[in-house]
This record gives sequence, C-alpha cells and structure tokens, in this order.
Amino acid sequence: MTRKPFRTALAAGTAAAMVAAGAACSSEADDGTVTLTVALFGDFGFGPLYEEYMEANPDIKIEERISEFADHHTNLTTHLATGSGAADIEAVEVGYISQYTPSPERFHNLFDLGAEELEGQWLDWKWQQALSSDGEALIGLGTDVGGMAMCYRKDLFEAAGLPVERDQVSALWADSWSDYVEVGHQYLEATDGSYYFESSGNMFRAMVEQAEQGVYDRDNNIVVESNPAIGEAWDLTVEAIEAGMSNGLEAWTPEWNASFSEGTFATIICPAWMTSYIETNAPDAAGLWDVASVPGGAGNMGGSHLVLPAQGEHAEEAYALIEWLTAPEQQLKVFEQTGNFPSTPELYEDPALTGLTKPYFNDAPVGEIFTAAAQAVQPQYQGPLQGDVLATLGQGLGRIEDGAQSPDEAWAQVMSDLESF
Amino acid sequence: MAIATEPPEARGRAAAPGRPSPAGRWRDRLYRLDLKASPFLYIAPFFVLFAAFGLFPLAFTAWVSVHDWSLLSDEQSFVGLDNYTALLTDPYFWNALGNTVSILALSTVPQLLAALLLAHLLTMRLRGQTFFRMGMLLPNVASVVAVAVIFSQLFGRDFGLINWVLESLGAGRIDWQTGKASSHVAIAVMVAWKWTGYNTLIYLAAMQAVPRDVYEAALLDGASRLQQLFRITVPMIRPTIVFTVIVSTIYGLQIFAEPQLFGGAGPNGVTGGASRQFQTLTLYLYEHAFNRGFEFGYASAVAWTMFAVIVLIALLNYLFIRRIRSDS
Repeated sequence: MTRKPFRTALAAGTAAAMVAAGAACSSEADDGTVTLTVALFGDFGFGPLYEEYMEANPDIKIEERISEFADHHTNLTTHLATGSGAADIEAVEVGYISQYTPSPERFHNLFDLGAEELEGQWLDWKWQQALSSDGEALIGLGTDVGGMAMCYRKDLFEAAGLPVERDQVSALWADSWSDYVEVGHQYLEATDGSYYFESSGNMFRAMVEQAEQGVYDRDNNIVVESNPAIGEAWDLTVEAIEAGMSNGLEAWTPEWNASFSEGTFATIICPAWMTSYIETNAPDAAGLWDVASVPGGAGNMGGSHLVLPAQGEHAEEAYALIEWLTAPEQQLKVFEQTGNFPSTPELYEDPALTGLTKPYFNDAPVGEIFTAAAQAVQPQYQGPLQGDVLATLGQGLGRIEDGAQSPDEAWAQVMSDLESF
Repeated sequence: MAIATEPPEARGRAAAPGRPSPAGRWRDRLYRLDLKASPFLYIAPFFVLFAAFGLFPLAFTAWVSVHDWSLLSDEQSFVGLDNYTALLTDPYFWNALGNTVSILALSTVPQLLAALLLAHLLTMRLRGQTFFRMGMLLPNVASVVAVAVIFSQLFGRDFGLINWVLESLGAGRIDWQTGKASSHVAIAVMVAWKWTGYNTLIYLAAMQAVPRDVYEAALLDGASRLQQLFRITVPMIRPTIVFTVIVSTIYGLQIFAEPQLFGGAGPNGVTGGASRQFQTLTLYLYEHAFNRGFEFGYASAVAWTMFAVIVLIALLNYLFIRRIRSDS
C-alpha cells in the first residue's frame, strides 16, 4: 500500500524531531559563556553598564528581567522556598530585605566570596541591612539609598503667600514635622481647591523611619502600641488628614501620575528616585517643582540591595558582576542617568555628585541635598514583617482619608490586624 | 484494504479441527487484548493529564488545608480542621464572600438580560449582520488585565472619563474606589463588558434552533416582539440559559484580576481597598497565600471552602432558573 510507508515515515520523523528537540533543550552552552540573569523591580539604570561589562568580559552574557514591585518580591520568596526559578542576581528593596536576612542559608554568603574587604565602602547602616541576624553572613551589596527631600510646587506656594526660595522653604520646617503641618494649615487657609500633600502615608512613614525605634524592637516584637514615636506620628498625620491637607492619592496609579502635572497638591516627600519619576511624568511642569530639605533633616526612603540566591549556579561570576555594578564609579554613572542616589560615602565628597543640579527643579542642588540627608540617617532596626506592618498602618490612615472610619476606629482595627501577624 | 477479522493464518486453519499452534494462540490473545484495551489507551492521555493536573492538585490542596503549612518554614504540622474554623470565624472572609456575591449579582443579572435582548435583536434581519455578530465577541478577545487597567482609568476619581461625564451632566463626581457600592458597580461593569458578547452569541445560536412557525403563530395571535421573546424564546432556550447562568456563576465567584487591578499596585490591590470594600474571595485567598506569610494551609482551606460555596450558589441558581418553564 502506498499510504503505509508514508505514515511510518511521518511517525518516525516526528519521533526523531521530538528527541532532537529534547536533546537540544537539555544541553548547556558549551562554548564557555556564562549567562547571568538579573531580576529587578524597576529600571536601575544598569542598561549601559551591562554593555560595558559584557565588552570587558566577553564570556559573560547578562539577561535582565523586570517585574512589578510587589510581584517581584512575592516571586522571589516563592522561588527561594521552592528552590528553583530565581535569577542569579536579584534586587531586594529595603522594605523586604529584613524578611530575608533571618534565613541567610537561602543566599550565597558574600563573605565567602570576598566581601569582607569591601566593608568600608558603604554607609554603615546600608551595610548592616544586608547582614544576617548573627552578623556571620552578608547576603547583598547595596545599590542606591533613598535619601529624602521635600519637593514642592513653587507656583502653589507663591499663590498661598509662602516663601518660594528653597532655603527659606527648608527653614520653614527645619525643626519638626509639627512645623510642616503648621505650614499646611496656613496653606489651606490661603488657598482654595488644592491640597497640601498627596497622601498621608508617606508623611507617616517618613516620621516613623526617622525615629530611633520603629515598629519593631530588637527582639522582633511589634511595638506599634508602646512606641511613643509611632503614636505621635499617627496623631500628627491624623491632624493633617482631618484638616483636609491630603489629596488621598494612591501611589503608582494613573491618577497619581497625572497629578504631578496637574498640580493638585503642593508638596511631596521625594527620595532621589522620585525626582526622576517626577521629571518623566510631568515634563510640562518643568520649573514649577523645586526641592527643599525634609523636616527633621535626615531620612531614607527606599533603596535596594543585590542578592545572590543560593540556587544560582554561577556564584563567582555573579559576585564579580554585582561587585562591579555597586562600585562607586558605576553608582555615580547610575546617579547621573536615573537619579538613584549612591550608597557609597566616598562619592559624597566627589564634586561630580555634590555639584549635581537638576534643571527641571530650577537647578536645585540635588547632589548636596541628598548627600546631607543620607549622611544624617540614623540606622533603625527593621523587623521581619516590616513592610506588612507599615502597610497595615498605612491602610488605617487610608481608611481615615476615605472617610470610612474615625481615627479611633481605624487605630483599633490596625491593632487587631497587627495581632494576626 | 478489506477488513480482516481474523489473522490470515487462523483463517487458513479454521477448517481443520484441533487446537491452533502456540504462535496462533499468542496472536489470538494479543488481538483480543488489542480489541478490548485500545479504546482505553486512546482516551488515556486525557485522563492521565487530568489526573496529574486536575485530580492530584485537588487532593493535594485538601491535604495541605489540614496542615499548618507555610511556604517560608520547613515544617508542616497536622492541625485537622483548625484552618477551616479560623476561616469561618474570620470577619474578613465573610466580608469577601459578601463582596463576591454582590459583584456576582451586579454583573451577571444585567449581563445575561442584555445578552438575551441583544441576541433577540440579532436574530432579526439586519444590514451587516455578520459584522454585528462578530463585533459582539470583540470585547471578549481583550485580555482581562487590559480591560481592568483601562476601566480603572475610566473610573478614576479625579481624571477619569466617567466622572468627567457625570460632572458635565451635573451629577457630581463619585469616588469609585472608596465606596462599597460604587466599587462593586465598577467591577461589575468590567466583567459585564467582557462577557456580554460571548453570552449573546451563545443565546443567538440557541435561538436559531427555535422553529419559525411558533413565532408565526404568535404573530398571528398579535404578540409583540417582547412578548415573543419572553413567552416563546426564553422557555425554548431554557437549557442554554441554564448553562450560561451556571457558567457565569462559576466564573463570577472567582473574579480576581479586575478587583486587584482596580485597587492599584500597592497594598490596596491585595486587600481590595483600604476597607476591603471590594475584596473578593480569590483576592482574599491570594492575600493569605502570597502576601501574609505565605500561609498555604490556610489558603488551601479557603480554596476548598470556595469550592463548596460555588457549588452551593450554582445549585441555587439552577433551581431558580428551572422555574422558567412553570411560568409559561
């Protein structure tokens, strides 16, 4: 029969193709190149750096993947727990790093790869964030720090009869957040229809981060109720909300994006990475935004580390890459490109950093402002569920902003939610 | 090739008395085995895949739900029904259940009614009939995430299009995310927009099977179009209506992407708003599985409870819809 040989040939051919495909999948690059995967949650400005590194090291290939912030960290935790799927290099934000330091065995210990000699390169508190609880293991090298400043709208301040020069503005609230809220009252009296800040959560978080003790004590107990600093921050924020200062915007929503150019609020706490975000989102508002220092002078909001999951197979190559990426020269390049503020103090003397101004913000000396803020940060102990605790508090404030609950009810619910942690 | 029912050797020997040779017996057995077993082997791949990806996860989830099983720790201890009791005493669970049923009602009822009316319209002779029929399915083609993102922008508080229209009509702005009812309406709109066309086409297909002469008789009796729809068409396509109601119920009780994206990227996306005003059951499950300590045991209990809830509500809906026949 003519059909049978054809069918046999077809079957044999399919089987052969499947075997060949299977074989191709399982073979590894046998020309000696090592492919390193880097997983990030945003643009760290590493693109040009990868090019440079790959030119200098032809046997290394770098692949980057970016996921959304919360998903990235959820995926990382899942991959670490299941033992596969993590990239060779992962970025971890400061709000999550303390979740991972209690289990350093899931990461390559950077001390074993030669990180001890790098210790003095970073700010103390940045270095300590990536140390395991017993100090025996280092899981990550720091990339940027948040630094904190206050971005404000010059035109809105002018309309409210407030000073517009950044030194004068910084002086308005140099001492404390109460002064900041006081200025807010003045602002609201003098204007109509615009808000003082975009959301109460950031202000609350900044106050908490500046305190000597945050939401955790050193024994990993949640001390939200007993820590007077938290209570004061809460009361002050509630006062601001009840006065109508908050625009009630949720960060990273399209509304929030649009509000930068629309100018619906007058001030926003801006870490270094936020300044480039404002520039991208509100190109038409150039010259209307300016940068002053933040109440309380110091502060850090954000910043990341690069960690090496233990399941990664190319520990030495990956370590070489992150050592290079976080070296001061590279951090300066990243700063120039994206505005992410370096975590290496030797750059803080460098005029290339301190002299940096941003034309968008009326040539504000952002280099100086963020350097001062980063250097003045007092390290605060961060517990394992730091991010979740702050999110619960933030949602409590959100409920007050929405008008869904009174401040007492919101506080009561926050307390009962925290009990389940 | 002619169908041979016996191997050639046996045919040759059939006339001769006595037992066939050992080779013939072996071929015989093999052949009979082939007849009996081949059908099962042909359908086996489906069942193997189902067992691996359907049955096993179901059973394993039930197994996990009776343990205190967190992804972050290496120990899992057996806790019996503790997860279920904790679940049933958690007010947030009941809140999520209420939200889910409310969103289900708001999305399914108008959606199916509209689908019915649209299908009825499409049965009439129209210009560009094919265009309309194909166009019905276009919203369904868009991905859930795309729909949710765009509609979240439309329903934005300050700069959303819908608020802009409402304001110009004098009705004032609504903060869609903040209110419970408003957020349910917004999410219901997203779901209805995506699935109305799909249901329309299903009803249309069913309506094509209804014999024309019944309508002609009704027309002679002076029935209006609407009466024809509800007194003739609906009872005759009742099985299809039952199908769509059950499928919509099952889908509607598991809505996840729309509320999550409506809440934004921060913690509100997972809790369905600061007051959990639009947290659905799946979102509640996700919160416990991937957000708060990776409590897989508890989340598995939620999953199985959801299964029970879905079966219950689907059953209720079915019993309710069955009554259509008794009306006419």
